Amino acid sequence: MEAKKLNLTLKIWRQKNSNSAGSFIDYKVQVSPDASFLEMLDELNNSLELKGEEAVHFESDCREGICGTCGLVINGRPHGPLAKIATCQLHMRNFKDGDTLWVEPFRAKAFSVIKDLMVDRSGFDKILQAGGYISVNTGGVPDANAIPIPKEISSLAMDAAACIGCGACVAACKNASAMLFVSAKVSQYALLPQGQPERYQRVEKMVKVMDELGFGSCTNTYACEAECPKGISVTNIARLNRDFIMAKIKNKEVEV
Amino acid sequence: MSSFTKFLNSSIGKKLMMAVTGSFLLIFLIIHLIGNITLFFGAEAFNGYVGALDVVKPLIRVVEVVLLAAFVLHIFNGLKLWIENKRARGVNYKVNGSPENSALYSRTMFLSGSIIFIFLVSHLGTFFWRFNVYDPMGLANIHQYFDIVVYFFGIWWYVILYVIAMVLLGFHLNHGFQSAFQTFGWNHKKYFPLIQKIGAIYAVFMAIGFASMPIYFFFFYGGNQ
Repeated sequence: MEAKKLNLTLKIWRQKNSNSAGSFIDYKVQVSPDASFLEMLDELNNSLELKGEEAVHFESDCREGICGTCGLVINGRPHGPLAKIATCQLHMRNFKDGDTLWVEPFRAKAFSVIKDLMVDRSGFDKILQAGGYISVNTGGVPDANAIPIPKEISSLAMDAAACIGCGACVAACKNASAMLFVSAKVSQYALLPQGQPERYQRVEKMVKVMDELGFGSCTNTYACEAECPKGISVTNIARLNRDFIMAKIKNKEVEV
Repeated sequence: MSSFTKFLNSSIGKKLMMAVTGSFLLIFLIIHLIGNITLFFGAEAFNGYVGALDVVKPLIRVVEVVLLAAFVLHIFNGLKLWIENKRARGVNYKVNGSPENSALYSRTMFLSGSIIFIFLVSHLGTFFWRFNVYDPMGLANIHQYFDIVVYFFGIWWYVILYVIAMVLLGFHLNHGFQSAFQTFGWNHKKYFPLIQKIGAIYAVFMAIGFASMPIYFFFFYGGNQ
């Protein structure tokens, strides 16, 4: 037997482009509790298109919580009210019949709205281009396990590398700070031997670009960790701070 | 721009500035509270304590300059961060979801700080000014500092201002203590919960300690005027 459908009022942010002002538009929808949040928006878009209206623009790709493409702020919470899931993993059974849901884009000066619920997160790419890599310029393929790495350390690096770069940390932070994202990307290399040669140059370069892009400063509210779909820990931010301070000392040593 | 000012103007540099100056102020508060406990032991104890500080005045003056610098940098930098961080959001959310993901005191550092600043100005304008510069009642000249305290803590609105400011100081310190550790990079999943607990105990201790003085004087000395 099909479960009873939910009647919901959606207040969705509609914005024509990055230059125009946006506003909330009301939509009444009837949706199965088994549908995911994005499926509900798909159904809404189908009905809008049938009426000849423009569809609500939002981003998604894998729809299984691993790509980091989707991201909506639902009732003030990035990726909705549940912990450690992306928007695509949120199902309508978590809402009650008659609920009103406010759906907003990730808001940050560094994430300008492209259209409706789509935001420009290319700032994250710029930060990665500045130092989110290791340089392997020459030589043959190294033997597997030639460099011993303790299991605990490789696990810690993997925990940091679990960041999918969705931007929920920026959306959740009252300062729109990108520290959790940057710290995860810095940590995944800083913890491993392969990341050591560029460790201190990397952290300086990435923080510099982060600051230039207009992200805010971290004030340690830890809202980012609470909203992160991958549960990235703020201990990574402490590591970033530590490495940044060390970089200021160590990089001076070798400067000509 | 020299590399040092560049460092201080980076987002992490600004955090570090808040943490370094804040840590200094955390230590100052402990000393300030311990000294002021003499208030509970009567006029002689407190006047004796202030008199003892007079003996090492040149040292006190040096400490005061450092303290002033710490306060100015902490306040100026905090204001700057608040303005920049407001700008970094751009458009505000219609629905505020932050009560679900972060603690109230961590989000209201600017508000609690602002009220503590108002308190600080009034605190310096009354006690510090009269003790060190000019006392229209002439009590400081004859080293009757205790009576100045009795006078101010007999004023009901002054006592209320103190108590409100001290509650907010507790809020401010509770976040600030653990926040400084995080900024210095001293966060470890095993010992950080302990740091947070110590910070909370410290904050409660400071708030109760400093608030107890105006309350005590209002009720036990207020009627004597």
